[in-house]
Amino acid sequence: MSDSAARPAHNPSLSELFHGFSLVSISGFGGALPWARRMIVEQKRWMTTEEFNEAFALSQFLPGPNVINFSVVFGSRIAGPVGAVVALGGLLGPPLVIVTLLAVLYERFGGVEVLSRILAGITAAATGLLIAVVAKMAAPLFLSRWNSAPLFAVLAFVGVALMHWPLPYVFLGLAPLSIAFAWFKR
Amino acid sequence: MNTSPLTALFSYFALLSLFAVGGANAAIPEMHRVAVDVMHWMNDRQFADMFAISQVSPGPNVIIVALIGYHVAGLAGAAVAIIAMCGPTCTLAFFIARTWDRFKAARWRMAIQAGMVPLSLGLIAASAFVLARAADHNVYAALITAATAAVAFFTRINPLWLFAAAGVMGLSGWL
Repeated sequence: MSDSAARPAHNPSLSELFHGFSLVSISGFGGALPWARRMIVEQKRWMTTEEFNEAFALSQFLPGPNVINFSVVFGSRIAGPVGAVVALGGLLGPPLVIVTLLAVLYERFGGVEVLSRILAGITAAATGLLIAVVAKMAAPLFLSRWNSAPLFAVLAFVGVALMHWPLPYVFLGLAPLSIAFAWFKR
Repeated sequence: MNTSPLTALFSYFALLSLFAVGGANAAIPEMHRVAVDVMHWMNDRQFADMFAISQVSPGPNVIIVALIGYHVAGLAGAAVAIIAMCGPTCTLAFFIARTWDRFKAARWRMAIQAGMVPLSLGLIAASAFVLARAADHNVYAALITAATAAVAFFTRINPLWLFAAAGVMGLSGWL
């Protein structure tokens, strides 16, 4: 599967599209994007690496969950609005069924001592994973000199975590300045 | 205010989705603020439990909004929450995808993207902070958090193993 530059002879059909994204959705513990790349670029060859990276850059540019945006971008490229809905449905359908079942179970048994102990352990670990993500993101930003990024990261943290200000206010206050600094830095 | 729970769910998540730079993980503090502090839909522990469930279920992390929605208003609540969280940005994605070629190399596009990185970093750090306050009630829980952070930073282990180990430690009654 090393030659990912080769394109297939045909675009996926709608059912292939749904199937592909539903497989990605249930394999994707802790982020579905690596699985989406594997399926689309390496296994099915629906996109070249360059096409994938470009569609991914667009998904990152937009607000909201990246992989959700990606399914819409990819689906619409294959089959317009219908393709977008089908890819999104494949990506969200199976996890929603599973998580709804878990929600039903949680509402019934959430107060049970054993379950809440297990969940307390998992939350502690999931918090650790988030800290690792933060550390990985922060390292390149904080290590380069003459950079405004750490300032804005710290301000966003203080506003949201310590001051408990509503996210829209913090965002609208900081985003224009952060973008302006990024504009003039180049 | 005397709005129905479904209306409240829809308006909060639709608004939130537009400011969630960095995805679902960046939106956690705002979800917590609204669900626990403002609307009193649940307590700290229930919110942390739902975060844990969303992490161990397959699929995008954004499905935590379905758990919150279900808690507030049953199946209809789950559906409304996920539609509100994904609808606006998906519509945006659909239309911007058609014009992306025209501005993908524009300087303002790169400035916006570069300007968003520190904000999403700050927001994800805030998520970790909010969850640590909800989860790390004693020294053992804090140790699990610290150990997981170190292992995940220095290795590429599948997070499910870390969840499994932490769940067993929780079960054994340390937390």
